[in-house]
Amino acid sequence: MEQEVILSVKDLNVKFSLRGQVLHAIRGISLDIYKGESLAIVGESGSGKSVFTKNFIGLLDKNGWVDSGEIWYNGMDLAKFKTEKEWANIRGKEVAMVMQDPMTSLNPLKTIGWQIEEAIKLHQGISGEDAKKRAIEIIDDVGIPEPERRYKQYPHEFSGGMRQRVVIAIAMACNPKILICDEPTTALDVTIQAQILNLIRALQKKYQLTTIYITHDLGVVANVADRIAVMYAGDIVEIGTCNEVFYSPQHPYTWALLSSLPQLGVKGQDLYSIKGTPPNLFNKVRGDAFAPRNPKALKIDFLHRPPYFEVSPTHKARTWLLDPRAPKVEPPEHIKNIRNIRAKQEGGAQ
Amino acid sequence: MEHEAREVLLQVKDLEVTFGTKRRPFVAVKGVSFDIYKGETFGLVGESGSGKTTIGRAIIRINPTSKGEIIFKGEKINGKISRELDNRITQQIQMIFQDPMASLNERAKVDYIVSEGLINVQKHLSKEERESKVSKALADVGLLPEFASRFPHEFSGGQRQRIGIARSLIMEPEFIIADEPISALDVSIRAQVLNLLSALQKEHGLTYLFIAHDLSVMRFITDRIAVIHKGVIVELAETEKLFAHPLHPYTRALLSAIPMPDPISEKQKVLEVYDPSCHDYSVDKPKWSEIEEGHFVMANEKELAEYRARLLD
Repeated sequence: MEQEVILSVKDLNVKFSLRGQVLHAIRGISLDIYKGESLAIVGESGSGKSVFTKNFIGLLDKNGWVDSGEIWYNGMDLAKFKTEKEWANIRGKEVAMVMQDPMTSLNPLKTIGWQIEEAIKLHQGISGEDAKKRAIEIIDDVGIPEPERRYKQYPHEFSGGMRQRVVIAIAMACNPKILICDEPTTALDVTIQAQILNLIRALQKKYQLTTIYITHDLGVVANVADRIAVMYAGDIVEIGTCNEVFYSPQHPYTWALLSSLPQLGVKGQDLYSIKGTPPNLFNKVRGDAFAPRNPKALKIDFLHRPPYFEVSPTHKARTWLLDPRAPKVEPPEHIKNIRNIRAKQEGGAQ
Repeated sequence: MEHEAREVLLQVKDLEVTFGTKRRPFVAVKGVSFDIYKGETFGLVGESGSGKTTIGRAIIRINPTSKGEIIFKGEKINGKISRELDNRITQQIQMIFQDPMASLNERAKVDYIVSEGLINVQKHLSKEERESKVSKALADVGLLPEFASRFPHEFSGGQRQRIGIARSLIMEPEFIIADEPISALDVSIRAQVLNLLSALQKEHGLTYLFIAHDLSVMRFITDRIAVIHKGVIVELAETEKLFAHPLHPYTRALLSAIPMPDPISEKQKVLEVYDPSCHDYSVDKPKWSEIEEGHFVMANEKELAEYRARLLD
């Protein structure tokens, strides 16, 4: 099935200048994002997943810049954007972002109605009673009960989960085409987390949104993602459909991420943990960036950067293991068959 | 774990913690009772605001209790206690805090952070003895002794949490309260800290009270779990029993919310949402009852009958 590409990233390189040194944060990422899909970007802190998506909305920190590459959206190259004026047409209206911490992303001095209306007035050009009506509609949309009463309340009167709904409401108020959710549930309880993920999915269906989830927890995205991109050290090391990444992961880093999930752990045994730390991106990375932490790394992993090997038309990974000449290395035993893990655990417990 | 000769290390009986003023009291924890056996890992799970941290803080004497008893090794440790007992408790019960970014003194060196408790309790300790204890504690948690002269900002999140653990280990405690020790950490670091905690437990014969909101982690690390909702424990059982036969609707809701790394079953999953109005407690008041051996649930007679029927299925 041919899907319409809504955003296309071509060989993107982003650098930061920090204390007189240059940090190469995004190292040549190419990625097509399809209209209406939900893509999850997964990686450890510092892998560049937030920096990568901040390029789509013009929120790169002041000391960072796009070194080379293109980001095509709607016939415009976002990578060439310089001024706030240019970004004003994209930010919010086309691409909106939900931040991680609902406690700090709302203005404590304004009612939530005011904050949602502000976005409506700015982006949809309606005002007065109409804007209020629309705001109440949106509050209802994101599943906040009693929208009329809640409209007049301040952020401190809301719980964490409800605040995150308000933040989503503000993002939705601009009618964006792409919604970026940066760790939308990390600060929330498990039950609330499930509800917020359900909400985002429902909104996505209703408004045919394209959503990008950023998270460090692979366990969370099984439910919500159509495709998963695994990022490591400023590069996408594996990308495929949700089922492909969970049921037949190819890159050793994806294996490691899956292995370290406590959901898959066996009690009484040590949980798998990734040794060492991610590479220092101030230095030039040679070969496969994950090789130093990969106990089964091949010699070539330290010398040459692997290209993408295609596993299926939708699934590719940057690892030399997929080269026909590579020795056969099997993924760890306990992640080989994670289908029906819940049923198995329940069966085993009885 | 053997069932017969299990020594009770900590006993909490009908605990109540109240905040606010006399005129407008707020009861954060009410009627909480449980035993923690020596050498086990006891989990306390609930949402934010459920009072799970308050219980932990009440045990370590940070929050005063308004009713009930906390008994540690046969001695009552809440309310007014002697100075000598207070000192002993400070040494024997230690706490690991949630946020390693906020719980370390930014202006002190690791050496001081780790040994601060020692300085207060063992006043006669010489400098050499203290330093050797610090480097041993650091080695225990997998840090290098030379880290002692560094500041917290020089460390990553996982390393900082290790410093937090070293700080409690140096007191040679018997009982450690771990309050969400891994929720602020990255997935890969989580695994390291969890492994470290269970290795230390084996090595030092520690008993843990593990407080968290994430049941998937709890299943991996705890022996028994108590589920707390709005200051009341609603269910308590051995971990595997609780996962196999969750009875209370709140426990069921929590379990159904665990995200699993399995897309097909995850996309078919139906989320259970807990609605407290599903209980009809107007006539028949709920009681804390043992429904099967070691499995307690808060329910009234009618619900108990339902739960029993479900257990037989």
